[in-house]
Amino acid sequence: MTAIDRREAVRRLLADRGDLLVVTGLGASTYDVAACGDSSLDFPLWGAMGGAAMVGLGLAIAQPSRKVLVVTGDGEMLMGLGSLATIAVERPANLRIVVLDNERFGETGNQPTHTALGADLTRIAAACGIADSRTVTALKDVDSLRADIHEARGPLFAVIKISATEHPKVLPPRDGPSLVYRIRAALLGPGVPLA
Amino acid sequence: MTTSPHWATDIHATFRAHRITLVSLVPDAGHQRLIELCQADPGIRTVTLTTEEEGIALGAGAYLGGTRSALLIQSSGVGNCINMLSLPQTCQLPFFTIITMRGEWGEFNPWQVPMGQSTSGVLEASGVTVFRADRAVDVGPTVDGALGLAWQSRRRVAVLLSQRLIGAKRFAEDPR
Repeated sequence: MTAIDRREAVRRLLADRGDLLVVTGLGASTYDVAACGDSSLDFPLWGAMGGAAMVGLGLAIAQPSRKVLVVTGDGEMLMGLGSLATIAVERPANLRIVVLDNERFGETGNQPTHTALGADLTRIAAACGIADSRTVTALKDVDSLRADIHEARGPLFAVIKISATEHPKVLPPRDGPSLVYRIRAALLGPGVPLA
Repeated sequence: MTTSPHWATDIHATFRAHRITLVSLVPDAGHQRLIELCQADPGIRTVTLTTEEEGIALGAGAYLGGTRSALLIQSSGVGNCINMLSLPQTCQLPFFTIITMRGEWGEFNPWQVPMGQSTSGVLEASGVTVFRADRAVDVGPTVDGALGLAWQSRRRVAVLLSQRLIGAKRFAEDPR
């Protein structure tokens, strides 16, 4: 089996995304989403390692009529494992977490992460209580994952096993206040972004 | 439902006045009555966290979507928050937390003292404005003013509830 390319996987996940809200975790996941084009409905994290899933939970609670997708990496997710237990307990029907798992800490020199050495994030999420937890190893299953991101009626957790291929960095804006302003304006209207 | 006046009732009323609808928490005996008031309030969603910094990320995401939140923790959890506080600071987000103090007034457990003694310094070094309430009568006005600063001026704000206010935890081994 050919390992999945991360850019191709994210491109398919975000195809025809509609009003999907996207939170990205520190690292290459942020660049993968930016490579699909900058959107006012994206909130890229440039820090706060381990916090992506919880930012997604907060947004999902505040915007229950929208679907919220967190795209992050295995290293970032490993730093926030407890949040999987919190999310499982809260059962946010509109939250989806996708981990792009290359089994390495890409930003720091490709050192192996715990997923390279036996840790299984999908089983951890399932054991926390996220019933729809899955591992994706084929591109065709990325397409069905994309459909479920838009249609599933409960929280969803997926690990996509990706190749270690590195891509040129595509950088989204990194000024925090303007990122906050634009997503709040998109969600709440132009009159309330700073309230 | 409480029948006697208690400072936790004042905090809860202030949450309602400031339209706080999401309260995340790491359980603490000092927060117990406030937690019960929030859990009994159909207008407030409570989220129990596995570690304190989860609540900072949760509150940031909630703010992006238009929801005001508060975080209830104990002083020993402040150290867990340091890096995640970069999120509300860098993004100039409002952030509000109420911290029950250990490691100061009458502390029996020496393991609580280091974090209790460094709580204010750690918060201030991380860009958080710190208020403190030592008397029950001050709790409501302090929380009200701190919430106003956080939400109206989009600041990171903490209110410390002193161990003297809450009462030092008693241990069976305590010779008193």
